Amino acid sequence: MPETEKSTGMTKTGLSLGPVLFNWSPDRLRDFYARIADEADVDRVHLGEVVCGKRQPFTDGLWPELIERLQAAGKEVVLSTLALPYNPRERAAVVDFCQAGELAEINDLTALPTVAGKPFLVGPFVNVYNEGAARFLAGRGATGICLPVELPISSVGVITAAVPEVAFELFAFGRLPLALSGRCYHARLHGLHKDGCQFVCDRDPDGLPVDTLDGQRFLAINGIQTLSSGVEAFCPTPEDLAKLGVRRLRLSPHTVDMVAVSRLYRALLDGRAGRNETLAALKALDLPGELVDGFTRGQPGSARVEMA
Amino acid sequence: MSLELVCPAGTPSALRAAVEAGAHSVYCGFRDETNARNFPGLNFSPDELIEGVRFAHGHGTKVLVAINTFAKAGAMEAWKAALANAEKAGADAVILADLAVLDHAATHHPNLRLHLSVQAAAATPEAIAFYADTFGVKRIVMPRVLSVEEIAKLNAAINVETEAFVFGGLCPMTEGRCSLSSYATGKSPNLTGVCSPPEHVAYTEDKNGTATRLAGFTIDRFGAGEQAGYPTLCKGRFVAGGKTSYLFEDPVSLNAASLIAALAKAGVTALKIEGRQRGKGYVAEVVRTFRAAVEAIDAGGTEVEVGRLLAGLVEGGRQTSGAYKKTWR
Repeated sequence: MPETEKSTGMTKTGLSLGPVLFNWSPDRLRDFYARIADEADVDRVHLGEVVCGKRQPFTDGLWPELIERLQAAGKEVVLSTLALPYNPRERAAVVDFCQAGELAEINDLTALPTVAGKPFLVGPFVNVYNEGAARFLAGRGATGICLPVELPISSVGVITAAVPEVAFELFAFGRLPLALSGRCYHARLHGLHKDGCQFVCDRDPDGLPVDTLDGQRFLAINGIQTLSSGVEAFCPTPEDLAKLGVRRLRLSPHTVDMVAVSRLYRALLDGRAGRNETLAALKALDLPGELVDGFTRGQPGSARVEMA
Repeated sequence: MSLELVCPAGTPSALRAAVEAGAHSVYCGFRDETNARNFPGLNFSPDELIEGVRFAHGHGTKVLVAINTFAKAGAMEAWKAALANAEKAGADAVILADLAVLDHAATHHPNLRLHLSVQAAAATPEAIAFYADTFGVKRIVMPRVLSVEEIAKLNAAINVETEAFVFGGLCPMTEGRCSLSSYATGKSPNLTGVCSPPEHVAYTEDKNGTATRLAGFTIDRFGAGEQAGYPTLCKGRFVAGGKTSYLFEDPVSLNAASLIAALAKAGVTALKIEGRQRGKGYVAEVVRTFRAAVEAIDAGGTEVEVGRLLAGLVEGGRQTSGAYKKTWR
């Protein structure tokens, strides 16, 4: 297991591949993670269906082989739990994931009683807006927290300084997960209900773009989830991150070449590439939207990336 | 057991109107970012709350104080002060969402009764048990993702009270899990207690009529002569997959009046009416009508009789029973 966070002296910033948020087929997931295992420059990989419990039966059987494949390649594997569980099957799945023997990331407090007392991670769907909430979760065993995407950057430094025992992580790349609902918007758009959704969300492997009536690119839907249209591209220098006290960045999977994305971020974090160079290289990729980074600059999240 | 009617009191005068119209409880917040209706012209100063509680208690009505935003990092003082001021005023309960605020309340205000805000989005027996066991939370305001059947099952699996929204504005997104407003404007319910804030709203006329915009994003368009609605982000019209539609939610409000009896049977303790931004006339009418309906149910009234009582309560707009019926999803 890579020891990236507790070494003394030189600390290498960790790079995580977050869970796939979209409805990708088992074949697609298998191919995707095989390449991640062999080529991606990330030290930690999150597995699990976090958006929709109805998709879980399609992927449940897949995770054991992927865990093995990724671990054999030297990646640390984290199992991420569902962000909005409510029916008995989904609740049982949350417990199963937390008891599977791998490090678990909880995305809803439903999982807390199961993980409390052993080390666990907290995902960006849990509301940690201040040092009090972070300290509370640390007291229950949280060793890492990926902060909510809308958290102002001014709050990040306050929280990391107050709770140094936790390795804090920021969402750095991908469409921003902005909202969850009891309602499935893919189903609604196709004239269906969630219970008979026909899994139409599988047609949009990066989410379905939502434009305004004046043609502005605005949001994207992914079943019960709403994401940004813009692709977050938080590209800090190693010094920026050290100042913020952030020890890990998260890349959220898209159909774009994630191996290339991981290499660009690794070079950035190692000081081998500058911010502008990294942003230019990201822009050249086949991204689903414009690059945005407002939340990390104290602006609305939709604010476009500005190159210096 | 009789259903408790929890009614909005955005201002001291709305509080008096709700109390006089027969509210069993009213809920309100302080005039700052500690509550999720942090709009200009609304809410209470600490002194106004003291007076409001005195008035309400004089009529046998309880006062619940919403301190239901997420405390700002490094600036817990406002939330701590809100808890202290609520206790000092004699509030019957506080409605909280943030782990830090819950932790502080449970530690420093052990005599304050704690309710869990809908903003905490606790929808499972495990999450609810966590809040009850850890902080002594006595009541959960349920997130609007559950059907009536699911609420019945949930109530059978938990040992705290539940409160269900039955009337007023409706978020299609799970409350406390939505950053759409801050993506467009930088301000959101979790961060600052506002959604689609007015200072970012513009109504622009052109040859095609009126565009309503939020921070430059077009939320809807209206033809000449049409009444242009307020651009609440999730109630707008958008284009997705080649279709123009109210993708997230139609411009409707919640009316679960026809389900009151079913909610009572499902074990719900309290019914909540949204609308702290509403004036005293509106509040008085809605409260009076729902109070009559609750009493009719207590007296064994049929669904038809109750429905007739509530039939007059249409705001002119269209209504939905939301997630309480599974087809909403």
